[in-house]
Amino acid sequence: MIRTDSVSLQYGWGDSAHQVLQDITFTIKRGSSCAIIGPSGCGKTSLLFLLAGLRQPTEGHIIIEGDYRSGTILQNYGLFPWKTVRKNIGLGLTLKKTDKQRVEQRVGRLLEDMELTGFGDHFPSQLSGGMQQRVALARALAVDPDILYMDEPLSSLDALTRERLQNLILDIWQKNRLTPVLVTHSIEEAVFLGRQILIMSKNPGKIVQIVENTQAGDPDYRQQDSFFKLCNRVRAILREEENG
Amino acid sequence: MARKRDILIAGLVLLVLWEIAAILLDTMALPEPWAVAADLAVKVVSGSLIDDIAISGMRALLGLFFAVITAVPLGLLIGSEPPLRKTLSPFIYLLYPIPHVVLLPLVIILFGIGNTSKIFLISLIVFFQILVTARDAAKNVHQNYLYSMQTLDASHFQVYVHVILPATLPKILTAMRISIGTAVAILFFVESFATTRGLGYIIMDSWGQADYVALYTGISAMAILGFSLYLMLDRLERRICRWQNIH
Repeated sequence: MIRTDSVSLQYGWGDSAHQVLQDITFTIKRGSSCAIIGPSGCGKTSLLFLLAGLRQPTEGHIIIEGDYRSGTILQNYGLFPWKTVRKNIGLGLTLKKTDKQRVEQRVGRLLEDMELTGFGDHFPSQLSGGMQQRVALARALAVDPDILYMDEPLSSLDALTRERLQNLILDIWQKNRLTPVLVTHSIEEAVFLGRQILIMSKNPGKIVQIVENTQAGDPDYRQQDSFFKLCNRVRAILREEENG
Repeated sequence: MARKRDILIAGLVLLVLWEIAAILLDTMALPEPWAVAADLAVKVVSGSLIDDIAISGMRALLGLFFAVITAVPLGLLIGSEPPLRKTLSPFIYLLYPIPHVVLLPLVIILFGIGNTSKIFLISLIVFFQILVTARDAAKNVHQNYLYSMQTLDASHFQVYVHVILPATLPKILTAMRISIGTAVAILFFVESFATTRGLGYIIMDSWGQADYVALYTGISAMAILGFSLYLMLDRLERRICRWQNIH
């Protein structure tokens, strides 16, 4: 379980202080999923950074219960251009001094799962955006995480690739029984993948509403009326916030 | 191998220009290239020039080597660790623009007139060029890469090995390329006195004897030495920065 308790984040001090996040409180159950959506500048990336432990909140607490491992995919994938696909994927394990043979096995398996077989010795710049994204996914999954943090993982992809990868994330979520937490600016993506949708507003970044979305996880959800209805509802909330 | 062909053509064009200049100027101070080439060939075949090329090459290479193994780690550290950067950058700021060549008398007092002082001076001058580049490159490593390493629980040392060094390598190699030119120039300077070996000595000695063909033979050998170092670096770069030369 991930729990945040009145979390605030502020950059700078005194007159130049900028309140990025204010009084963020929510809970994500283990095995559930969470999509964070909101306008640009609402601090959703900062919130993900706090959850992933890349930054510390100015106030409040973030509590993640039990032993857990996390994998993180940053915006623009954060792949290392000087490492081959294979080395990129295996990096998390290599850093933990895992036995070479085991790293190779795990990487080989992930290449297969991500339909990247044959691209192991390519460099990231030789791959399309969708493939790079799959490499980033594979790298995050290599360490067998319980929580998967993703910052706008699919934003620069074309519509079809995007849907295919959304299905892949869904698949990974259910097969590996992990907890995906993703930041997105796509309403459809939030509704498709987030069993819980955190809608945020900006200046300062606050949670406007937490929408429960029990149908998320169903691969055919996109074709259902309830999907469109919920998309419209989320859209209406975002609009209302925007117009103050 | 279009690149090799282009370099060959450029070399021939330069030789033709040299020939034209030699004919037009018609002075002893600029012999024709074929005369120099013949002299060079004779001296290389007879072996009389090989020792000098070897000793000059050794001085330049060692000078570069010591500069690289000290300046790269230090530059990366200063660039990546803000407290260190804050403390040491003012010193670099003051020390870098000094023409370090003027320290020669001091270097000779400290290290004598042998190879040590020559290599030390080359190292010292090249050191700052590489240090400043490595520092700036490390400072500008994209934050996203560092965050990525943090999400993978990397240790401090691992961040250097897997991110900071490879990310800065292309810039460091560029600095080394510039340094080769500098190193050869300093080489000429340090070999122009208190030695009887090396290409710098050959050049100064031939000049003193007004033997212009020998003078240009020395200059050509020095150019070839610089070019060979350049070529070595090129090969090294293509090997270790393979990711930069794909597409």
